[in-house]
Order: sequence, then structure tokens, then C-alpha cells
Amino acid sequence: MKDSADVVIQIENLTKVFRVGFWGRKVTAVDRVSLAVHRGEVFGFLGPNGAGKTTTLKMLMGLIYPTSGHATIFGHPIGAPQAKAKLGFLPESPYFYDYLTGAEFLRFYGHLFGLRGAVLSKRIDELLDTVGMSHARDLQLRKFSKGMLQRVGIAQALINDPELVVLDEPMSGLDPIGRKEVRDLILRLKEAGKTVLFSSHILHDAELLCDRVAMIMKGRLVACGPVSDLLSGGSTHEVELVIERLVPEALERIRPFAKKVVVQGEQVMVVLASQQDVNHAIDVVRSVKGHVVSLTPHRASLEDLFIREAKTARQPVEVAA
Amino acid sequence: MKILSIALNTFRENLRDKLLYNLLIFALLMIGSSIIISKLTLGDFDRLMIDIGLASVNFFGVLIAIFIGIGLVSKEIDKKTIYTIVSKPVARYEFLLGKYLGLLITLLVNTAIMTVGLVVVLWARNVTVDGLLFEAVGMIFVEFMVITAVALLFSTFTSTTLSAIFTLAVYVIGHLTPDLKTFSEKMDEVGRAVMNGLYYVLPNLERFNLKGHVIHHLQVTSADLALIVLYGLAYATFLLVVAGLIFERRDFR
Ligand SMILES: Nc1ncnc2c1ncn2[C@@H]1O[C@H](COP(=O)(O)OP(=O)(O)OP(=O)(O)O)[C@@H](O)[C@H]1O
Ligand SMILES: [Mg+2]
Repeated sequence: MKDSADVVIQIENLTKVFRVGFWGRKVTAVDRVSLAVHRGEVFGFLGPNGAGKTTTLKMLMGLIYPTSGHATIFGHPIGAPQAKAKLGFLPESPYFYDYLTGAEFLRFYGHLFGLRGAVLSKRIDELLDTVGMSHARDLQLRKFSKGMLQRVGIAQALINDPELVVLDEPMSGLDPIGRKEVRDLILRLKEAGKTVLFSSHILHDAELLCDRVAMIMKGRLVACGPVSDLLSGGSTHEVELVIERLVPEALERIRPFAKKVVVQGEQVMVVLASQQDVNHAIDVVRSVKGHVVSLTPHRASLEDLFIREAKTARQPVEVAA
Repeated sequence: MKILSIALNTFRENLRDKLLYNLLIFALLMIGSSIIISKLTLGDFDRLMIDIGLASVNFFGVLIAIFIGIGLVSKEIDKKTIYTIVSKPVARYEFLLGKYLGLLITLLVNTAIMTVGLVVVLWARNVTVDGLLFEAVGMIFVEFMVITAVALLFSTFTSTTLSAIFTLAVYVIGHLTPDLKTFSEKMDEVGRAVMNGLYYVLPNLERFNLKGHVIHHLQVTSADLALIVLYGLAYATFLLVVAGLIFERRDFR
């Protein structure tokens, strides 16, 4: 267990029940979620659409109140100004005051932290540069594209040089270059000793970035831990073999132990489940003078885990009004 | 300082509202039209001009207070701009106060413009303008402070449409409160209880009306003025505290 001083966010049994519609039907958006985010780590909060990621983050930011359970940030209860002073938050698909220019926008948020004058101006220049928006400093936000808004949104979250950065879908709306830049930015924050919590349904990003991830489905935590642990607990390691110039009778010798065989013109793709099978298949190929074009180990990915969990996840818990 | 930053940002936002300019133009047209009316009137036209002028300042200011006031908070929630504010070290009541003060700045500027218009029109017709006129405008502004607080209070817990209707109702009934008492005398038990309830709960907005004094050149003592201002401030403060308590408990969803 981690030292309590190293726990930045502690969530215990956090639950949110929304009442929707005219009759106030109850929908449990987040159901007894418990987890801890440690100092200096990049923590991924993963789950499909409607899983409850945004709802959880909004509770942490003090925007909505938990129905039950509780959470602390830097040891302070949710909403404490001491905690808010040390964190930065990027909401999901953010909307901002569109009559402000990029620089005015950041200046306004700086003022909310009591920053002013030359210190603030310098910080604004740095941040616009960091998110690649220096060219838009005097452009009104109404003229920004979605990705540009996302970028100044990230800049806004960093205005106070926060120790904890909470980002709700930071990559959404960004082009491949933008995504890469955000990934680099998150890694730089980590290098600077910051703690980053971000939500995403893009598992590839999470795999590249996160020290640990939590996976949430239908409001429930289904997995939580270091990425490597979650992956090794998953499916067996398969190997994909692509072969050329394989005589049909040789293929028939491989087929019985192959997990999957796909013939594509000249090439044959074979998926094998164990190292032994791989060796066997290669022996066959060499004996008939075929060519092994490629041999690719199939690493289990978060995606496999994600899809497996999604299949077993239950319907949202709904209690009649 | 945070409150002031939010207030100034709100003021900027208000300045982008077309409704503001439309109402301002209408107000100035109304005030200006009193010149024409005065020319059609025989005799005592100064009285009429002052009456129309102050009534226009009051009415259009109240419309600005209501129609911008009801959107102050709900717009921020709808557009989710509030997410980035409340997650900063800004207490919810600070946000609310900032929005309130921002609209007051807008109203102050508008009231100043309308008053200049009124003074110009009065001068054009050689009507004497004395300090009393400015005292009357000052009290109208205190009324704006109350009405803005009413609009803000409603908008913390109900839709913009209902907020507008309720606030307009408070404005209208608030000017009739002295009549409520009279009304109630002609009613049965229940009716009287309701009327008396309204009489004591709703602000007595007629207290802010000094038109009669301006027209008849009746001086108002500073003690009386102070009392009116105090009444307005106390009432607005009370409304803001209630609004703050409701706002504190709200989910932004
Ligand atoms: N304001 C609200 N009122 C009622 N129900 C809500 C509200 N916000 C969210 N929900 C419900 O709560 C559940 C979780 O929603 P949430 O926005 O937290 O999902 P998410 O994981 O962020 O999804 P996405 O990846 O699409 O952003 C959904 O079933 C949603 O319908
Ligand atoms: Mg979401």
C-alpha cells in the first residue's frame, strides 16, 4: 500500500444516482467506485460511452454532489479551495467565453488564481506556446476550431502550474498531430513530477501513457491496476505468421493445429496459439521451401480487456421510482 | 478580486448582447418622444416630460435587469462555462456575486446614458433640471439592484421563462403593494391572509419612486434617502443570500 502522503486522489464508494424524466426515474451513473491516484503517476480512466467517467470527474471537481460515498484530493474533501488551488481541470467538449481572445481568455482564468501583471503575461505566453496556439493569442475564441478550443482548454487547465491535472477526454477533437502533442505534453507533465488523471475511450493512448488505469463500465469499476498487470492477466499470447509460396498440401498439415487460417492470393496468414505450434509450422514451411514473410506476436491489448469486460458488464442498475 | 474579475467578464459579455442595445435605443426613443408630446400639450409640459422620462429610465432598466438577469447563471450552466470556473478556487457564492455585480455595472452604464438623454431632452425644452432629478435616478438604480437580485434568485432554481414571468410579476406587484393592503380589506379571511402575506414578503418598490417629488420640487431629506437605500440594500442582500444557499446545493448537470 502507498504512503498516504503519496495518495493524491482517494475515492471511496463514490455513487451518483441521477433522476431523469418527468417521473424522476433513477439512473445510477456511478456505482460504488473506489480507487486511489498516486503522486507522480499518469492514471487513465477508461470506459465506453456512458460508462460514468465524466460523472465521476464532475463529482471530483465539485460540480455535482455524490449521492453517497466520498473522495479527497490532497487530503481535502471535494470542493475545498486548498485542493482546487493545486489542480487544473479540462471539462469534456469544453465551451468557453467566445468573445474573448486566446490571451484574454487565459488572463481571466489567471485572475481567478490571483495571478497578475508580468508574471501572468509570461505564463500566458509560455502556455500558448506549449499548446501551439501562439498564433491565436489575439483571435476571438468564436473563430477557433474544435481542436483549437481543446488546446486553449488544456492551457487553461495549466494556468496555475497545478500539481494535479484532470483532463476529461483530452484527445477528442484533435488531429493525429494534436494527439501526439497532447501525449507528449502529458509525458512532460509527468516528468515535471505532476500527477495526471485523464479519461478516454481511446485505449491506444492509455496504453502508451498510463502507469495505471481504471476501467469503468455501466458505472462500476471492473478493473484497476498497472497496465502491464491488467494485460498479462488477459488472453494467451498469440502469434501471427504470414507465409508465401506454400503448397496446398503443406497448408493442410498446418491447418489442424492453427487457430485461424486466412488465404489471401499468394499469401497465407496463420494464427498460432503457442510457441510450440509456431516452431512446428515453421518446420513445415521450410520443408516445402516456402517463405516466412512475417512473424508478429499478438500482444494482448487493453482493447481485448475492454471488449471482454464490455461483454460481461451488466445493464445499468435502474430502480423503479 | 476574483469577484471583480468575474464581474468585469460579465460586463463584457453583456455588452455583446443585442437585446441590451435594442432596449437602450427604445428607452432613448421614448425619452426623445416626450419632446413631441410636450409640443402637443398645452401648458404644464415639464411635468409630463419628467414623468415620461423617469418612467422610461425605470421601465427599460428593469427590462434589462430582468432579461439579462435571468440568463446570468443559467447560460453559464447550459454552456458549461461554469465548469471551468467552479473547478478553480472560486466559491460558488463568489461566482454568483461576480455575475450580479457585472450586471449592475452594465445597468450603471445604461442608466447613465439614459439619464444623459433625459437631461438633454429637458434642456432642449428649457425645463429646469435640479439635483432632485438625479436623486430620483439614484433611487431607480437601487430598485434595479433589487430587481436584478430577484431575477438572479429565480434563475438559480427555475427555467429562464419562469424566472422572467416571476420577476416581472414581482416588479408589477411590487409597485402595487400599497394597494394590496386596500385590496385585502374587501376580501374574505383567506384572501386577506394571502394579500397580507404578499404585502410583507414582496418588496415595496413604490418606495424607490421619487417622480412626484421631482415634479413638485419637494425636497427629500438625506435621512429619508439613506433609509430608502438601506431598505433596497437589505432586501437585495437577503435575496442574494437565499440565492447563494440554493446555488450552493445545486448540481451543474
Ligand atoms: N445530467 C445527467 N442527467 C441524467 N443522467 C445523466 C446525466 N449525466 C450523465 N447521465 C447518465 O450517466 C451515465 C454516465 O454518463 P457519463 O457522461 O458520466 O459517461 P462517460 O463515461 O463520460 O461517457 P462518454 O465517453 O460518452 O463521455 C449515462 O448513462 C448518462 O446517461
Ligand atoms: Mg464523458
